[in-house]
Amino acid sequence: MRTPVALLLELGIILAALSVLGTLARRFTLSPIPLYLLAGLAVGKGGIAPVPAAGEFVETGAAIGVVLLLLALGLEFSLPEFAVGMRRHVPSALVDLGLNAAPGAVAGWLLGMDGVGIFALAGATYISSSGIVARLLEDLRRLGNRETPAVLSVLVMEDCAMALYLPVLAVLASGGQWWQAVLGVLAAVGAVIAAFTVSYRWGHHVGRLVSHPDAEQLLLRVLGLTLIVAALAEAVHASAAVGAFLVGLTLTGETATRTRAVLSPLRDLFAAVFFLAIGLSVDPADLVPVLPAALALAAVTAFTKVATGRFAAARDHVGRRGRLRAGTVLIARGEFSLVIVGLVGTMQGSLGPLVTAYVFILAFACPLLTRLAGTIPLGKPRPPGAKDSTA
Amino acid sequence: MDVTEVLLPGVGLRYEFTNHRGDRVGVVARRTGEFDLVLYGEEDPDEGRPVLQLNGEEADTVAEILGAPRIAERFADLTKEVPGLMSGQVEVRAGSVYDGRPLGDTRARTRTGASIVAVVRGEEVIASPTPQEPLRGGDVLVVIGTHEGIAGVEQIIRG
Repeated sequence: MRTPVALLLELGIILAALSVLGTLARRFTLSPIPLYLLAGLAVGKGGIAPVPAAGEFVETGAAIGVVLLLLALGLEFSLPEFAVGMRRHVPSALVDLGLNAAPGAVAGWLLGMDGVGIFALAGATYISSSGIVARLLEDLRRLGNRETPAVLSVLVMEDCAMALYLPVLAVLASGGQWWQAVLGVLAAVGAVIAAFTVSYRWGHHVGRLVSHPDAEQLLLRVLGLTLIVAALAEAVHASAAVGAFLVGLTLTGETATRTRAVLSPLRDLFAAVFFLAIGLSVDPADLVPVLPAALALAAVTAFTKVATGRFAAARDHVGRRGRLRAGTVLIARGEFSLVIVGLVGTMQGSLGPLVTAYVFILAFACPLLTRLAGTIPLGKPRPPGAKDSTA
Repeated sequence: MDVTEVLLPGVGLRYEFTNHRGDRVGVVARRTGEFDLVLYGEEDPDEGRPVLQLNGEEADTVAEILGAPRIAERFADLTKEVPGLMSGQVEVRAGSVYDGRPLGDTRARTRTGASIVAVVRGEEVIASPTPQEPLRGGDVLVVIGTHEGIAGVEQIIRG
């Protein structure tokens, strides 16, 4: 076996650079995702430091990154927690969907995208980044706050909406006649329902199949199963990511907890590669023309997310400042908006650059805004319309 | 005392209660086994001010320290769940044969099948005492076993 020196060196430099960027971001309680995107832009086509040898690995790694991100999302998801969220926060979820998907859809229509592009952009503006939000709640030590259950409930409902949305998008993106699309959508929804049923009724059997006291064995089995299912899903044009998500859904309880633990370092690594690859696939020159649109969309959807969070927190009888904290923390868009772009691929010309710039802006703005919301002094009557300035 | 329990989807559970001095206390129990202790302030009742963060082991230790006087009660709860298993309390009277002698000398377990799981001495609780543990007058032994077993231990200690 010949050791590819160029590949190792380039990859090593990239990972080291990501680590420096990540450390910088963490120092200021920011999300590293935009910095990873930036790094991708820098080493990609038209960037400042091309990496020909590592390119292929990054591409492969990105595919695994999406699979692991979605597997982890499925593992997070539990029906009992979803049921608790449902009981109180169905109206919040509807407000969330209406307020945040609509601006994306309208923007897609204004930009002259086709139906798939509009649908994809609506998804990208709708879904908050569970990764960034959870991390922020942790870093800002807000887990004990009274608005936090409302925030987490909104995230769980979004995850559930994604379970239905992603397969549908995958089918629509693969094209074909309208009846093929309808059939595909039905098959996708059927698969999600089947995964839920399996998880609910036979989850422990699936768990027994992959569970093993040895961490290495558990990792190999879950990863093996997931990649096989992902490949099969991709082969029938249902997208590997969706297949991985379905595997995550079926694993529950103790197995899910242990799998999360052994899988998370691997997921973090490959997710970073995925963000890098998204940056890599976008030519920085394409970013400039979409920047105004991305800024406008970011401003509007930051405001609508604040409104969503305030609404959800108000349902839990949280005070004014807590509502603002809930609203601002939800602003972040991140991994799933990028997964959506990854699914639709390069078919939609301006979608990739637009969503990349959009995620970049909001993933940066959210931590700043929500920290600011936590420090707003109390008891000062705010002039009407003041909330606009926080959005 | 009322303890409110709130589910934190994806994170764990939050417990909340007001103590006798009116402080509102929150405990976040994470799925990962860690605990956060927070206090809710006056000015913003929704914001939990972080007080302590404990990992699983630390939390266990704190719980043991705080919960020690209740060990006897908890054994009583346990026996409710296992049919046929009972718990009893046997007092070592001052001047009893075993006053000043190690627990092992009673050979209670060998003779009756019942286990002495704790020795309560005033405010102090010696959980899982070793056979070397010296008994004193006034000690209360927490015994777990069958009805006959506990009666047997009582007879032995009484002498």
